[in-house]
Amino acid sequence: MLKFSRLLAQVISFAVFGVALAYFSNSPSYTYHDAEMALIMVSFSHSSERKEECRRFTPEEIAATAANMRRPMDCKRERVPVYIEVMLDGENLLSKSYNPTGLSKDGASSIYERITVKPGQHHLLVKLRDSGREEGFDYESDTTINIKAKELFVIDFRKELGGFYFKRDE
Amino acid sequence: MLALKKILRIGFEHVEDWFDIVFGAKWNPFYQLGALGWFYYWIVVVSGFYLYIFFDTGVTQAYQSLEYLTHEQWYAGGLMRSLHRYASDALVVMMMVHLLREFAMDRFRSPRWFAWFTGAPMLWLVFAAGISGYWMVWDQLAQYIAITTAEFLDALPIFGESIARNFLTDAKLSGRFFTLMVFMHIALPLFLLFVMWIHIQRHATPKVNPPKELAIATLSMLLILSFMKPALSQAPADLSIVPTTVNLDWFYMPIYPVMNNVSGLTVWILLIGATLLLMLVPWMPPGKRAAVAVVHLDNCNGCSRCAADCPFSAIDMEPRSDGSAYKLEAVVDASNCVSCGICVGSCPTATPFRTKSELSPGIELPDDKIKELREKTIAASSNLTGDDRVIVYGCQDSLDPAKLAEAKVGIVTMPCIGMLPPSFIDFVLSKKLADGVFLTGCRDGDCDFRLGIRWTDDRLAGERDPRIRKRVNQDRIGKYWAGMTRRKEFFKELTAFRLRLNKLESSQAEDKIKTNDSSEKIDA
Repeated sequence: MLKFSRLLAQVISFAVFGVALAYFSNSPSYTYHDAEMALIMVSFSHSSERKEECRRFTPEEIAATAANMRRPMDCKRERVPVYIEVMLDGENLLSKSYNPTGLSKDGASSIYERITVKPGQHHLLVKLRDSGREEGFDYESDTTINIKAKELFVIDFRKELGGFYFKRDE
Repeated sequence: MLALKKILRIGFEHVEDWFDIVFGAKWNPFYQLGALGWFYYWIVVVSGFYLYIFFDTGVTQAYQSLEYLTHEQWYAGGLMRSLHRYASDALVVMMMVHLLREFAMDRFRSPRWFAWFTGAPMLWLVFAAGISGYWMVWDQLAQYIAITTAEFLDALPIFGESIARNFLTDAKLSGRFFTLMVFMHIALPLFLLFVMWIHIQRHATPKVNPPKELAIATLSMLLILSFMKPALSQAPADLSIVPTTVNLDWFYMPIYPVMNNVSGLTVWILLIGATLLLMLVPWMPPGKRAAVAVVHLDNCNGCSRCAADCPFSAIDMEPRSDGSAYKLEAVVDASNCVSCGICVGSCPTATPFRTKSELSPGIELPDDKIKELREKTIAASSNLTGDDRVIVYGCQDSLDPAKLAEAKVGIVTMPCIGMLPPSFIDFVLSKKLADGVFLTGCRDGDCDFRLGIRWTDDRLAGERDPRIRKRVNQDRIGKYWAGMTRRKEFFKELTAFRLRLNKLESSQAEDKIKTNDSSEKIDA
């Protein structure tokens, strides 16, 4: 191969490599979320009630326990799952149970859900059950939201604040 | 897996043949993948240092500081940012091609497991370091990466509180987060450097620097690219808005769309499973291992040549254990020995001229004894006729004796051409076993055992012990490093060599006639 041809082929090789680097370092683009849609995030951690109610130890049981291990109540660690329902304009978008974390199932249940919705005005209803009851809900909240395309609307929950609260950006 | 490997190998060799023509064996990038990886790593480190000086770890300042570097200081900061990005991308390309190539060439078995095994965690470190860097820009791409990565991490049942919750609103984000990311982005590459250092520990004279010309060319390409298409940020991150379309760096983020569409736990299982599978590849069948080199102390004079020539640091020189007057003896570390036989080629006692005692050198391979090599040489020469009788010595991976039958030459193979002591060439020519000796092996610059071709060239050129004797006529030695694919060129070179031998014979015959004529005249 002639010296010039070799040099040219070398330049072309480097150019091809350079173009590949330049192109694939930010192309082709990827659509993560439809720009015409809004997003509702349900995200919170919540410790539900214990599966079994605490029981007071009898005096005999306390007496039979080593002095340094004595305590008045016997509480099993396991908690019940947190059950949640999200309704938008009467349509059920989410109904799911979340198990408590931890090997003994005694940690908080962690909820993190993405729900893509059409932008516009909607009636939002959220319900949560965190006790051992079979039916009904322990917390319930509703609101009217006006959400734009690409906008993020967050459904959070804090027991100490009274239950559900909704936020865009704080 | 064998078929896939063979297809890959042939594919690589054909592409590399073309690059050999264009770049030459010395500059062929495919023979410098590891070294180029190191080179790109250093570019990333140097450019990263510069960026670190100006990077601000505030929530809003992070983006602004990079915008300042990119637009206000485009000639230095912008250039460094682009170099940082493109060199990182090139590092991924080198790493992946290097991995695929070593797999195709079957260079991961026996003691080579170590480099392969330590290479697997490097993949995680390179990707984690690169992704943490994109995170720091805090543009919409960073926001997307932050959310997706956090969701991915949350899939592991080890975090009490969801990490992804930190990216729900801007109010939850603090400058401490960016400080953490800076720490990660420095700590991960530092740890990567440590693993890279471990990765090459079992290689004698590892290639960590590409040839100067190749380094200059690749750096020039990156500089031109950085000026022509500078790395830019996307729109600033805004947690109240969902990132919609993002421009991913596909070298680092091909897994991200998968993370968005498959459960996090599945992706974890896939990634960890693939990594473990990759790490176990050296022990997958067929895993036949040849017997390692053994030292015969009776014939070892402790000259250290074998230790100096071993490409895998498998030989140590230790104090004599047999009470001999020599100070040192060679000791083979079986866990590092790849049974290439290069140590045998370096041993001054591996000479075929020895006849009074049994031919047993100071070091040799039990499966390929030097005595057998002499017997094979004599046997190969027995059927040769004419004035261009040639013995071809070649390595097992490059020479297929069946395909060479038509060439009508004597063929002797060994694990690596570096196993051939130069005295064998002297032996063949001085004993008139053949008129010429032709050497072949892997392609120049890509010896399967790293240094076999280099040491052979040096020994024949008289630049490395054991040197070929001066009495050997170099015109009667030919060589062509053919590899698996260059059979046509190999025959062309062999034919040309034979023609040279014919001419040599003719001119020597003429000289002989002239000498006889002149002596007759003198007599008359």
